[in-house]
Amino acid sequence: MAMPGTGSNYEILTREDFSDVTYLLEVRHPRMARAAKPGQFVIVMSHAEGERIPLTIADFDRDKGTITLVIQAVGKTTREMQRDCLAGTHLHALVGPMGIPSHIGEAKKVLCVGGGLGVAPVFPQARGFKEAGAYVIGVVGFRNRDLVFWEDKFGAVCDELIVCTDDGSAGVKGNVTEGMRQAIEKHPDIDECIAIGPPVMMKFAAETTRPHGIKTMVSLNPVMVDGTGMCGGCRVKLDSGIKFACVDGPDFNGHEVDFDDLMSRLGRYREVEQKATARFEESCHMREEFVAASAQEASKD
Amino acid sequence: MALKKRTIRTIPQERTPVEELDPAERATNFLEVNCGYKLEEALRESERCLMCADEPCVRGCPVSIDIPSFIKKIGEKNFHGAYDVITNTNLLPAVCGRVCPQENQCEGVCTVADSLEPVAIGRLERFVGDMAIREGWSNIPYIEPSGFKVGIVGSGPAGMACAADMAKAGCDVTVYEAFHEAGGVLKYGIPDFRLPNSTVDAELAKLIELGIKFECNTLVGRLFTIEEMIQEMGFHAVFIGTGAGYPSFMGIPGESLNGVLSANELLTRCNLMHGRDPEHYDTPLPPSKNVAVIGAGNTAMDALRVSLRLGAGNVHCIYRRSHAEAPARAEEIHHAEEEGIQFHWLTNPVEILDDGKNNVRGMRCIRMELGEPDESGRRRPVVVPGSEFEFEADLVVYAIGTNANPILGQTSGLKLNKWGYIATDENLATSIAGVFAGGDIVTGAATVIEAMGAGRKAARGMKAWLGLRDTEESCLGEPAPFEDRLLGLDPAEHDFALVRLPRSAASSSNAS
Ligand SMILES: Cc1cc2nc3c(=O)[nH]c(=O)nc-3n(C[C@H](O)[C@H](O)[C@H](O)COP(=O)(O)OP(=O)(O)OC[C@H]3O[C@@H](n4cnc5c(N)ncnc54)[C@H](O)[C@@H]3O)c2cc1C
Ligand SMILES: Cc1cc2nc3c(=O)[nH]c(=O)nc-3n(C[C@H](O)[C@H](O)[C@H](O)COP(=O)(O)OP(=O)(O)OC[C@H]3O[C@@H](n4cnc5c(N)ncnc54)[C@H](O)[C@@H]3O)c2cc1C
Ligand code: SF4
Ligand code: FES
Repeated sequence: MAMPGTGSNYEILTREDFSDVTYLLEVRHPRMARAAKPGQFVIVMSHAEGERIPLTIADFDRDKGTITLVIQAVGKTTREMQRDCLAGTHLHALVGPMGIPSHIGEAKKVLCVGGGLGVAPVFPQARGFKEAGAYVIGVVGFRNRDLVFWEDKFGAVCDELIVCTDDGSAGVKGNVTEGMRQAIEKHPDIDECIAIGPPVMMKFAAETTRPHGIKTMVSLNPVMVDGTGMCGGCRVKLDSGIKFACVDGPDFNGHEVDFDDLMSRLGRYREVEQKATARFEESCHMREEFVAASAQEASKD
Repeated sequence: MALKKRTIRTIPQERTPVEELDPAERATNFLEVNCGYKLEEALRESERCLMCADEPCVRGCPVSIDIPSFIKKIGEKNFHGAYDVITNTNLLPAVCGRVCPQENQCEGVCTVADSLEPVAIGRLERFVGDMAIREGWSNIPYIEPSGFKVGIVGSGPAGMACAADMAKAGCDVTVYEAFHEAGGVLKYGIPDFRLPNSTVDAELAKLIELGIKFECNTLVGRLFTIEEMIQEMGFHAVFIGTGAGYPSFMGIPGESLNGVLSANELLTRCNLMHGRDPEHYDTPLPPSKNVAVIGAGNTAMDALRVSLRLGAGNVHCIYRRSHAEAPARAEEIHHAEEEGIQFHWLTNPVEILDDGKNNVRGMRCIRMELGEPDESGRRRPVVVPGSEFEFEADLVVYAIGTNANPILGQTSGLKLNKWGYIATDENLATSIAGVFAGGDIVTGAATVIEAMGAGRKAARGMKAWLGLRDTEESCLGEPAPFEDRLLGLDPAEHDFALVRLPRSAASSSNAS
């Protein structure tokens, strides 16, 4: 028996593709749009047999009653969602907002750093700081100019924006730490830094600010299951001990985080995940062949 | 019918055995191990009850089920009557008959146990519960709406019990659950070979018939707060039954290696997320050949037996005390032994060993011996110097208990006790007026029956607080004969406002 409450409640209103691996979903959930605060995340199940995956709330619109997710297709679930989650379809489950909201404090000058997809989750924090009256310096980094997204949207909440690309095809050549160095040089009075992106980027971002003693908050993305503190799958190692990212975080002081531990634990289901992705690709491939074959059949008639 | 007085010498001497799946075969599947009594078996076992006047078993039951009375009804083949007696106090007979630690409760104090094996009260209870599910019985009285709106946070046994009682008292009840399915530990924790999810769903369906609404995917505290429920959402009373959570680790070296996880994570992936069926479901399970589970409670037994069924060749149980102190139900330890779990009593983990690639290669443990009793009365294990040894393992599962879930503490003004659990008075009222709490989130990890009892106790407190008459005893043992009835109602019933949902409404919500 299907329990009520699940299924078909969470309609995808908008879908936007930033690149062939990054896409945006705007989902209807008025109550969540009202409750969401910067730094929080949701857990999504796209269909009843799916995995529960955590995704940051990249934006929320209280008037429209929607939340926005920006997703990078990295494995089975996120690729399958890329294929299936189109405007007008529904998510099977959507729960949140989860996690302790980011602390938008008294800082007068903040550095908001987003690496790749991390630009999306750092956006609501940048906007929060801007609204709180801080001077916001944005640094965003991408592999190349084709992957750049939200430059205008992000720029609109920053007083200064530095775009970096690994290959120099847009903005500063180099990764975000290069942009951060430039910003810190120009503004020695930065009070706080927020850095979100892949773990290795956050690790180097934290190393960049450490010598300057700038408080640096990072948002950790360990593997999660429930998101309610019940399974401990999301535990992360800090100088002060073990914490559960879903209920004690996901924001932590980057200077205390053991990033090597995080990176190693992110790979703990890799073997199974790779098999699942391979199977998924196989099935997509078969489907494409089938579609192509049927098209051929049809054209013969 | 004049019953000849039974004595310990006249009753069947042997406890009626129950059919169980063959250990070797069942260790490869998730089918229920204990097949339950058949009719003749239940009848025979019912004859073993001495109908003691002092009813020690009733006092041994955390919710005081009238045990001799329901057993008597089984003997009279009045099974619906037996169901009525049980459900007067226990909402979930099919669940509790399966998972209660009867040996520490009713069966532990049964008079028969003084010289023979105790009456199999749990098996009889399950027999009645299963029959009720099969026959579609549910005691749904006519409910006069009271106009009160009650919110329940968490859909485990505590929340289910409180919801049922408040619905029977005519309240408009909504249950909020964070997961995408209701049932709490009964669903995500306890595996199907012990408690099939279909049994939990059948019990949940009865709650839906009572008019209770379930809203899953709702994380209370974060989506809305307890205070908002009272102040803005129009709830007159709220019950919190969010369960324990926050599994403990030991802090020994090697704990962050891949291949170390909590039993809750393993069980949730396997049960709720169906990771055991990778052909159809996406949630991965860690592949493992040699598994070590630390702990010897019910959670540990479940993790051990799940690992075996997932295909591990060697499954070890590591426990620092002895068999006698193991907190799991006796039946589970027995079943685990039959299935070939390797028990290492009086053994404590020292370190989890690394294969050089961040995976688990094995474990180093040390032998213990029992010393002086500690404050809990259990003999404290002490280290045997120089007894360290290593063995091979690629998965280490922690089942050593949980701490309080912090979410409601973080998001509300609720007063917590010094361990972070929600503080309540003796009626389970919390520090916020109209808000009650019970189950594992108040006591720390306990049992299904205690959580259910707490849900009902809180409902009693809630009814008093709302000024509702107590509708607890909805059916007395013997219904009044026709001539004693008033307009068809039994005057002995405490409550005339008993519920009868329009059949059409009940069946349509049933179908959803
Ligand atoms: C708090 C939080 C916020 C996140 N926000 C976003 C976001 O806004 N956008 C986005 O694209 N991704 C986000 N992620 C990561 C996202 O959850 C994973 O990419 C996703 O679960 C991968 O699933 P998959 O099946 O597609 O890939 P898989 O094949 O399962 O895995 C690919 C890789 O993703 C990582 N991964 C796998 N499962 C998880 C998991 N449950 N949690 C975290 N990482 C995992 C692993 O490193 C793995 O090697 C966030 C993660 C967390 C914990
Ligand atoms: C693996 C395992 C095996 C066990 N075996 C036995 C056994 O054999 N016999 C026995 O008697 N006991 C057993 N127990 C213990 C028993 O299951 C628990 O004591 C009992 O389930 C507690 O009930 P509860 O209602 O308090 O909480 P739970 O059953 O834990 O339910 C709480 C529910 O609340 C939800 N929730 C949490 N936070 C929120 C929130 N903020 N908003 C909304 N929903 C929320 C959770 O998702 C969960 O579904 C076992 C426990 C485990 C983990
Ligand atoms: S103690 Fe045992 S024999 Fe006596 S009434 Fe209870 S179940 Fe029957
Ligand atoms: S995801 Fe399960 S405890 Fe955090």
